[in-house]
Amino acid sequence: MNNFLFTQPFFKKNGKAVAIYFLVAIIFWFVFLVIIPQFYMLDLSFRTNVPPLARGGPEDYYTFEHYSHFIFGSKTATDAFNFVDLGVFGRTIFVSMLVTIANLLFCYPIAFYIAKIANPSTARLLIVSLIIPFWINELLRSFALRILFANEGVINNFLTGVGLLDQGILFITYDIGLYTGLIYAYILLMMFPLYNAIESLDINQIEAAKDLGSSSFRTHWRIVIPHAKPGIVSGCTMVFMLTVGALATPVVLSSPNTLWFPQLIYQWFNMNDNWSRGSAYSIILLIVSVIFVLTMMRIFKVRIGEIIK
Amino acid sequence: MSADVELSDVSVTFGSFYAAKNVNVKVNGGEFFSFLGPSGCGKTTLLRAISGFQEPSEGKVLIDNKDMSGIGPNKRPTALIFQNLALFPLMSVSENIAFSLEVRGVSKEERKKRADELLELIALEGQGDKKVHQLSGGQKQRVAIARALAVEPKVLLLDEPLSALDLKLRQRMRTELREIQKRVNITFIYITHDQGEALTMSDRIAVMNEGELEQIGKCDEVYNNPLTPFVATFVGENNPLYGKVTGIEGDKAKIETADGQYLATMNESKKLNIGDESIAFVRPESLFIPRDGDNFDNKIDVNIESFEFEGNLKNFYASLKSGAKIKFSVPNAIDTSSITSGSSIVLGFESSKSVILPKASLAID
Repeated sequence: MNNFLFTQPFFKKNGKAVAIYFLVAIIFWFVFLVIIPQFYMLDLSFRTNVPPLARGGPEDYYTFEHYSHFIFGSKTATDAFNFVDLGVFGRTIFVSMLVTIANLLFCYPIAFYIAKIANPSTARLLIVSLIIPFWINELLRSFALRILFANEGVINNFLTGVGLLDQGILFITYDIGLYTGLIYAYILLMMFPLYNAIESLDINQIEAAKDLGSSSFRTHWRIVIPHAKPGIVSGCTMVFMLTVGALATPVVLSSPNTLWFPQLIYQWFNMNDNWSRGSAYSIILLIVSVIFVLTMMRIFKVRIGEIIK
Repeated sequence: MSADVELSDVSVTFGSFYAAKNVNVKVNGGEFFSFLGPSGCGKTTLLRAISGFQEPSEGKVLIDNKDMSGIGPNKRPTALIFQNLALFPLMSVSENIAFSLEVRGVSKEERKKRADELLELIALEGQGDKKVHQLSGGQKQRVAIARALAVEPKVLLLDEPLSALDLKLRQRMRTELREIQKRVNITFIYITHDQGEALTMSDRIAVMNEGELEQIGKCDEVYNNPLTPFVATFVGENNPLYGKVTGIEGDKAKIETADGQYLATMNESKKLNIGDESIAFVRPESLFIPRDGDNFDNKIDVNIESFEFEGNLKNFYASLKSGAKIKFSVPNAIDTSSITSGSSIVLGFESSKSVILPKASLAID
């Protein structure tokens, strides 16, 4: 048995010690950090919410009540559906989609410029200046944006100070600060897959298209974008997933009247002490996001293998 | 429809580096014209200047007597075939070929019709739905040509497109390119560092070195009457014999070298005077082992060092008294079994087959 394992190509290629390290590390990561917590949450989401001491007792049984709460609301509610939670959920998905699209539109020209137009030293400078702000913690970056966007913040003070506006714009109230913050929060995860994908395109392809009479727009549409598609999908997937699950940015930047879905989950876990319902909401978010991404991949005809390339 | 292409005093600089310097050349409509030179000589830069990817720093590019300055590559009546072909891997063969029509808004049926016509021209009928990666090297080559020809350009520019092919295919593609050019009857401007390619396909060639044109002419003219030592040694092989001019007889000059005196032919535009430092060139195939009754103008004593068998030819490497090296080739049909390493023999060559030029650097230096 031992011999059989150690004669596998994986062991021969990496050597025993390294191979064992890889195996143990990957198994640990996958089992302890992915499978067990997710299954625990899945299990929890179908159980009644009872104090730890009552676990295993007669009050601890399997139920769909948390999922039905998400859709129909509490049993005593008068509305047919849980419009509040469904609304937060729908808005989170919808805004995340817009944030992803905005990110793509914003990053594509920059990624193209860095990959194909800028000379190497300018490209390096641009990449470094993209990365440096992200040395600062996400929460702090959100607070920085809050300072910029606050009603008496830097931007409003400037605009009213120079006399462009009589009154400041309510960036936070209208969630403009939140959307900006969300777009900015994961921009690198769009930028780098895009950059990598575009960078690998042979410049002759672009020149050939041009030489054959193609306009810039058409060259992008027919040559660059199809080539960069795996990078685009990969960037969009990551940005969408992370935006949908963002917590720090919405906590700092969303207006007092609106909630981001992860904030709702956070409330069930930490403020209402209802881990079961929090788990159910998390599972709903996870499943809907995954279905959403898979649907998008189906629509744009991308296979999962291409994305991880 | 073909067009004349004229480069008038074209220079292209990158910083202080001249990639092309004062290039003047007129390519006639319908001609197969080659720029021949070693890598880095500026030939690709010239091609990019003609296609519009590179604006000349000085001078003008004229196509059909029309100044092309400020006109982008997508607006010029030229089509470029890239060294790596740059076929679009995500499109089918037909889509590749019809791309230039697609960007001009030609209808789908029209595009299909034209693609089929071109597929026929390149002998790939019925293969339009294949993906590019399913084609062989030679087929890709032909698709690239068809794609470039789809909008009926007046000038086709080719940037060493055969360099990636193996020898046999390369030789076949030479003939095919030449045939396609005759059939479509447009101007072909071909860039290559391979003198064999240039000589076999072209009507005329321009030899380039370090950004400057060394010589323009018909292939045999350039081969037989090189204007500079660079051309003499870059186009085909040549043995240089260094010395001083000691006498002039009509169009011939006598050169005194460390190994003896030889008579060689001067070029009309490169007249020499007595005392000039010069080089006489004699090609390996113009050096003969004299047989009874042969009487050559020039005789040269050599000591055979080694030889190699090339197939149709046997190449001998020999040294002269002074230590200078010389190469000569004998057709395989001639029996040379008596000549081995270490033999001392006398070679002969005709003064009419040897050119003498003012001293300058060679291509092989």
